Amino acid sequence: MGTESIFRTFITANFYVADPAALADDDSLLDAGIIDSTGVLDLIGFIEQQFGVTVADDDLVPENLDSIARLVAFVERKLPATA
Amino acid sequence: MNLPAAVQRHPIAVPQLHDYLEQSAQRLPDKIALVCQQRRVTYADLDRDGNRFAHALVRVGVSRGDRVVVFGENSIETAIAFWGVLKASAIVSIISPLTRPDKLAHMLRDCGASVLVSESHLARVFTEAAAQAPSLRATVVSGPLGKVDLPALPGPISWDDALDLSETGPPPRRNTDIDLATIIYTSGSTGDPKGIMLSHRNMLTAAASISTYLGNVEDDVVLCGLPLSFDYGLYQMIMAFRMGARLILERSFAYPAQILNTLVRERVTGFPGVPTVFAMLAELKNLSDYDFSSVRYVTNTAAALSMKHIDFIRQTFASARVFSMYGLTECKRCTYLPPEDIDRKPLSVGIAIPNTELWLVDDQDRRVGPDQTGQLVIRGATVMVGYWGKPEATARKLRPGPLPGELVLYTGDLCRLDQDGYLYFVGRMDEVIKSRGEKVAPEEVERALMKIPGVREAGVVGVPDPVLGQAIKAFVILDQGADVTEQAIRLACQARLEPFMVPKHVVFVTALPRTTNGKIARAELS
Repeated sequence: MGTESIFRTFITANFYVADPAALADDDSLLDAGIIDSTGVLDLIGFIEQQFGVTVADDDLVPENLDSIARLVAFVERKLPATA
Repeated sequence: MNLPAAVQRHPIAVPQLHDYLEQSAQRLPDKIALVCQQRRVTYADLDRDGNRFAHALVRVGVSRGDRVVVFGENSIETAIAFWGVLKASAIVSIISPLTRPDKLAHMLRDCGASVLVSESHLARVFTEAAAQAPSLRATVVSGPLGKVDLPALPGPISWDDALDLSETGPPPRRNTDIDLATIIYTSGSTGDPKGIMLSHRNMLTAAASISTYLGNVEDDVVLCGLPLSFDYGLYQMIMAFRMGARLILERSFAYPAQILNTLVRERVTGFPGVPTVFAMLAELKNLSDYDFSSVRYVTNTAAALSMKHIDFIRQTFASARVFSMYGLTECKRCTYLPPEDIDRKPLSVGIAIPNTELWLVDDQDRRVGPDQTGQLVIRGATVMVGYWGKPEATARKLRPGPLPGELVLYTGDLCRLDQDGYLYFVGRMDEVIKSRGEKVAPEEVERALMKIPGVREAGVVGVPDPVLGQAIKAFVILDQGADVTEQAIRLACQARLEPFMVPKHVVFVTALPRTTNGKIARAELS
């Protein structure tokens, strides 16, 4: 499963997404009411566990986390080049 | 409510809430009043847009005492709408953007809203809700309208069309200070949201009292990541504009690093939070990299801070005074702990706020002495007018006070006073759960659980949680042979309830403890 599908599956399984098919990769998860402050913590726990990367405090900004596309880019930056 | 028009033809004798904005705009027109998502707005521009919005409301027929619901994020548009409704002599109610359609529809119907103001990205929710609210005459939508089904909305108007007017001054003043300014919805013990009616005088008094003990000044820069739908968030804006100070409005506390960067960049002096926010910040490892020397005060309310978090705040914000506060929306705030007392009485919620009086009573309404537990009673000009459309609920909370005809607030909170007159919160007389600073009625969660196919019965309680204050724990009995997982239950709840109401823990049981009259004995669940 690609990184995008992994995030999509996690988000639709664990958060309320009214219409999963309508969730675009660059939709803001905050704007769509999918994720709030507790949700962000769940998301970080998932990233650390699933991809074995450490999310630093400085990483906790919407530029890294607020859409599926941003999450994919963030994880790909974090992963070693060989992965 | 049908009040005749009372145009005031004289200079302002006693201010109304929106005079805070108008007076600061006259005094400091070019000062940046509000910063939100890279946008910086001056007092003059904010006041002018508030006036334009007020005229737009008047144009669609909003008159004195009409209700306007603002279903919005912490945004510049929400702020403008709030002040604009007041300038139109109408009553404003800001509703959390996390609210689900059925509940929003309930609130719109409850207060008989004539106008709904919202943002395009919330269209899915408000379109469904608006269809169930026959009182709506107009819907004002900000943001890109591409995906909004405008014909499905009553009287749709785009934000830009609403503001695009040559008007710059406010419409005529038609209220006095005892008229209603806002209705704030809160979850009651029965689970039905109740609209707390607050007059201009209630809010002016509360803002003046709180600003006084916080020592607010014009140079303050207050960072608000609390929702404006929550009175604690809303008052950050009101108090900032009262002083001509600056408000930094953040969408939420979802991204801690962004909040901390903003604190440093904007040289924030006042930082209000709730225990969950401080618990989240305490998890961060690199706080010493930030320069928080500008922060002059930190406030906490909604639930008590643990000693660990008090120590954390004092270490992190070394130059700040720490205010522990306590109250309920029905009177805005009851008490605050003067920062110099925090070492002496760390568990106390403090003393009455300026211009408020408090005492405790037993079941027979007799005053109780020091170190005895009793129900807290609040007397003062901040005490609400009542619950909108709920005279029985109002009569339970507002009861005769010492002066003829006056009403005081029976809070429903159990407290005790020590020998020095410092207050300690003991518990709630009803069983409302406080999770993340939000009130959750167990019945409301139970009702949502019972609607899930396969669920036969459910009981909900709050359990202690280091981050949330209380976490919601659900005890569920399934129908025989039903195959429902914990995850499925949580997902079904997410579709029906605001995120903070969704159970964190779900336990499957075969029976629930009951009281003699058949109600769930929540005290026995844990």
